[in-house]
Amino acid sequence: MTKSASSAPAGGVPVLMKGNEALGEAAIRAGCRAFFGYPITPQSELPAYMARRMPEEDGVFLQAESELAAINMVYGAAGAGVRVMTSSSSPGISLKQEGISYIAGAELPAVIVNIMRGGPGLGSIMPGQSDYFQATKGGGHGDYRLVVYGPATVQELVDLTIRAFNVADRYRSPVMILGDGILGQMMEPVVFPTEKPAEVAKPWATTGRQGTRGRNVVNSLYLAAEELEAHNLRLQAKFAEMHSNEVIYESIIPEGAEVVCVAYGTTARVVKSAIAMARQEGIKVGLIRPISLWPFPDEAFVNLPDTVRSVLTVEMSAGQMVEDVRLALNGRLPVHFYGRMGGMWPIPRDVLAEIKKAAGREAGVAR
Amino acid sequence: MSSIVERIPVYEPPKSLSDVSSHYCPGCTHGATHRIVAEVMDELGLTDKAVGIASVGCSVLAYNYFECDMQQAAHGRAPAVATGVKRVRPELVVWTYQGDGDLASIGTNEVIHAALRGEKITVIFINNAIYGMTGGQAAPTTLIGQKTATTPFGRDKSWSGSPIHLSEMLALQEGAAFIARTSTHNPAHLGRTRAAIKRAFQTQLEGKGFSLVEILSTCPTNWGMTPVEALKWVEEQMVPVYPLGIFKDWQADGARSPAAAGAAAKSAKPAEGGK
Amino acid sequence: MQEVLIAGFGGQGIMSLGQLLTYAGMAEGKQVSWMPSYGPEQRGGAANCSVVLADGEDIGSPIVSEPDAAIVMNAPSLDKFEPAVRQGGFLVVNSSLSGRPAGRSDITVLEIPATELAGEMGNARVAGMIALGALVELTGMVSLQSLVDSLPKVLKAQLVPLNVEALGRGQTLAREGAPARAR
Repeated sequence: MTKSASSAPAGGVPVLMKGNEALGEAAIRAGCRAFFGYPITPQSELPAYMARRMPEEDGVFLQAESELAAINMVYGAAGAGVRVMTSSSSPGISLKQEGISYIAGAELPAVIVNIMRGGPGLGSIMPGQSDYFQATKGGGHGDYRLVVYGPATVQELVDLTIRAFNVADRYRSPVMILGDGILGQMMEPVVFPTEKPAEVAKPWATTGRQGTRGRNVVNSLYLAAEELEAHNLRLQAKFAEMHSNEVIYESIIPEGAEVVCVAYGTTARVVKSAIAMARQEGIKVGLIRPISLWPFPDEAFVNLPDTVRSVLTVEMSAGQMVEDVRLALNGRLPVHFYGRMGGMWPIPRDVLAEIKKAAGREAGVAR
Repeated sequence: MSSIVERIPVYEPPKSLSDVSSHYCPGCTHGATHRIVAEVMDELGLTDKAVGIASVGCSVLAYNYFECDMQQAAHGRAPAVATGVKRVRPELVVWTYQGDGDLASIGTNEVIHAALRGEKITVIFINNAIYGMTGGQAAPTTLIGQKTATTPFGRDKSWSGSPIHLSEMLALQEGAAFIARTSTHNPAHLGRTRAAIKRAFQTQLEGKGFSLVEILSTCPTNWGMTPVEALKWVEEQMVPVYPLGIFKDWQADGARSPAAAGAAAKSAKPAEGGK
Repeated sequence: MQEVLIAGFGGQGIMSLGQLLTYAGMAEGKQVSWMPSYGPEQRGGAANCSVVLADGEDIGSPIVSEPDAAIVMNAPSLDKFEPAVRQGGFLVVNSSLSGRPAGRSDITVLEIPATELAGEMGNARVAGMIALGALVELTGMVSLQSLVDSLPKVLKAQLVPLNVEALGRGQTLAREGAPARAR
């Protein structure tokens, strides 16, 4: 493959980029050395971007024969000690779940991107958020957790992708970027960092013994029950550490807020528009926006002001994250839900109507 | 065929083979094949620069038996895992060790695409016509009429299809540089197996493309035979169905077209003794 | 906050028009976002994109459901998006392909035979650029100069002069030809 002149966008200044492409660039700047993917809408710009850019960086881009193969190529490359990523959209992510479980079990760092679309089954190619359960509650078999990020802007997508590589290496654990078709397809200005990624030592990797050490083994098999339980206890201790250290969220609760909305990803942007409309009508509404979906920001739900009468969760799903909201609130406040499915998204006016219901002000009464 | 006949060197444990007891059943040929792979690694000096990929099946614990770096892969995915390792660290020698359930059933897609990409990896493919680890179920390689746990009345072609000829299929791929089928049923054939494995690794070392050695092997336990009966069964039942030979060799026919390779595969005859 | 919707069929350069407006807004220091409709059809199907321009405040929804201003380049787009324009908003209609006049009286409508005019200029593909030139003149959401300066980001260099001309043509039409119906 001939190496061409770099087409990398400049760092440190705003450039207008599509979410999927900005994500690819962020990965490269995070030191991603290999990308294994398979085409599926609405994420296909990401592998196409990597196909163009990786050779410029002496990195590897390979279109795999399937999502199964792609995630297992990730396993191999991660096991060989390099920063590696794969991406897909909902149906393809279902196919990757076996591999993700192995990656978690073998304690390999890797970044997996899901640009979600409507489901179930083949569903549609339009945006969705109905893979929340799959992403945050396990996905594949066995007791494991992924750190899952739900970015809302292209800049956040970039920042969280870079963070994802660092977190993956820190814990030797797969990390998922959970975006949706809107975020992948939209363009926004984004500023890339200029600093080089830190080199992370991986003495456990299968890089060949090179005469310097004994054999390294990358493995998730423990045939003796006692050994597998001990392995699980070690994994659980790691997940507990991730749970305490890796929570990120945005919380904007104005004084006198009557309702607090909860939404993540692009849905949170729609909710922000609805909250602005509500403010013009004299209704004070807060927003809790989980950025890490696992670990879920339970702490954001303690000490809400007494003025808050109820909570409204908005999702592009039949109601998945709302279960975590209810767990976090533990019955302290009524929780309403508004969701659109199948590739439909909530629009600000409809969210406003739901806010009014949650505030006990039926539509039209508030003025 | 005579060119691949070599003597088996006698006798010290290969350094690439771990000094541990294996979990394999008595009389199973995995042990001999492991030894051969380790001998070749020793001879070519690969222990320090090889990464082996264990698969799912009886050889799932292969990572305990080889002294090079090892990864354990999901069922059927070893060629994809090997691809991941080789692409990011092309200086390593990457090989997989897979049985026929793993490679020829759940993993056909991965091995075919690795071959057509010309992935510079070496695949050791154990064909013993049955699933061993899970208790003797039918494999794609099971012979017509062969009784297994899931073909209790014998494999019926009209219901379960015919044995898969993976080596012949793979030889059609232009990216495949060395494809051979050998057997383990007597010392002469073990010698040919060793020569084929060595050439497969050399194929990778020379950057020529994908290499695979399909090795007809025994499963006395699940076949319900003594080890000696099992070796005889390989010779008398399997070899006629799975002709031995070299189906693709970049040294001999590197420029041969896929169609010609296919014709050669069809006419490949069981290997005779060396000259 | 200015929420803009540009709609037509694939091949009319709808996506590039939106990107051009987005680049121009960015050049003027605004918050900007661009969001395409995306569907299984790669060419010739319905196409639209949302552009949001904001001064200071963060952009909420990147998908525009009630545009302050819209360009509709064909009949299906007129039917679909005319009712969506916010009261007091702006609508530029490509009357060459719209099939009917717009019916709203509570918004500013400018009907331009953009495809015919573009044909007269020698390239029917600049029809959208004429409409965009008219829209920014009507609304003042960005300056025409910012659009002109941003053209090289979305077009090949040899196409820039003709598109500069088309933008200017639209501006003149909006300036001189009074809106077909003022609100």
